[in-house]
Amino acid sequence: DTLSIAMDHLLGLVGKDYVLLIADRKVAYSVVALKSDHDKIMHLDASKLFAIAGEGGDAVQFSEYVQKNLHLYNLKTGLPLSTKAAAHFTRNELATALRKGPFQVNALLGGVDHSGPSLYHLDYLGTLHKVNFGAQGYGGYFCYSILDRLWKPDMSLDEGVALMNTCIKEINSRFLVGGADFTIKVVTAEGIRVLDPVLASSA
Amino acid sequence: MSSRYDRAITVFSPDGHLFQVEYALEAVRKGTTAVGVRGTDLIVLGVEKKSTAKLQEERTVRKIHVLDDHCCLAFAGLTADARVLINKARIECQSYKLTMEDRVSIEYITRYIAGVQQKYTQSGGVRPFGISTLIVGFDADGTPRLYQTDPAGTYSAWKANATGRNSKTVREFLEKNYTETSGDETVKLAVRALLEVVESGGRNVEIAVLRAGQPLQIYDEKQVEAVVSAIEAEKAATETS
Repeated sequence: DTLSIAMDHLLGLVGKDYVLLIADRKVAYSVVALKSDHDKIMHLDASKLFAIAGEGGDAVQFSEYVQKNLHLYNLKTGLPLSTKAAAHFTRNELATALRKGPFQVNALLGGVDHSGPSLYHLDYLGTLHKVNFGAQGYGGYFCYSILDRLWKPDMSLDEGVALMNTCIKEINSRFLVGGADFTIKVVTAEGIRVLDPVLASSA
Repeated sequence: MSSRYDRAITVFSPDGHLFQVEYALEAVRKGTTAVGVRGTDLIVLGVEKKSTAKLQEERTVRKIHVLDDHCCLAFAGLTADARVLINKARIECQSYKLTMEDRVSIEYITRYIAGVQQKYTQSGGVRPFGISTLIVGFDADGTPRLYQTDPAGTYSAWKANATGRNSKTVREFLEKNYTETSGDETVKLAVRALLEVVESGGRNVEIAVLRAGQPLQIYDEKQVEAVVSAIEAEKAATETS
């Protein structure tokens, strides 16, 4: 079902020492909104966030599978996987499943490790790109131009949040199905912080 | 299809023995001692530290292993066999979490490990694992648990137990001296039990403590020395009084 994969808005950006990920909170069943407070950003481990767009079952199944494998690696080796390694592992799983039983998920994986903050853009075909900022779903159509113009390296958290708020405002004014609430999470060297969700009613 | 591995190696003797399993237990008896003591709020694992070669990196020779955040394992016997079994157990812990959204209970993972050990006594082309394990951890309701498995695939729960060389002596000591303890008292009991068969001194024992909701804490040399000194002080006090 290609519609649901495109209808999830995911956005991410890399800041000075953090990665900021936001995701909308709606779960749609055909033309019905099943839920408006669904958290689409999973905590892969203490220093990695995984925002997933796509089919409900696939999204949960795949992200939990990645999460448990990262945990297994941690236990076996006593070391956490770097963001880059985790992203490549995830990509490999998508690529292997592609010609067997594909996972219909697009994702943004952001984390902070010894090399600093990094963000990866993954799609259901097994494409992987390291990016400074990224989007999944229709939201990108409206926000890439904003991010292109306003993103700069080494942004402070306040600047990053302000930029995301600008993107959220744009989606909620220009996207056909407006009124989206957004989950906002930050990952820093200290760990994951869940910020207050941005509610369309208050924005 | 390979028929070369159809033949069983572990077969009954005329008088009902599985000699391969008994020989595996012999291998366990040759391994360095491991002891486990269950307290009310923590579980202590102690192992005899085998003297490492001068050029060997000591920290890479580990007998106490983490299976999951809430559960650990110590063993006596063939180290390589332990590695294989521990890997299987770690995967099972995550697989269980993936399907059940819950961590394994200590009895479950013990039953799994024992099940694997039993399978290798009744399969073609394989030999039993040459290890006995002590599995410790906390269940979801916070109850501390200690289990033991052996090469036959038997398992049972214990308040305190030992395996490996001189385990009989250690177990007899524990039977005489075990009481329900908590915190440092449990650590001291475990160390005292181990010191019955190991040359005295912090250099020859490794102690690990598991508390509910906390990662496994492996005592460094200073901490072990502190426990050993406390034990020796108590012994001196009781001898003079």
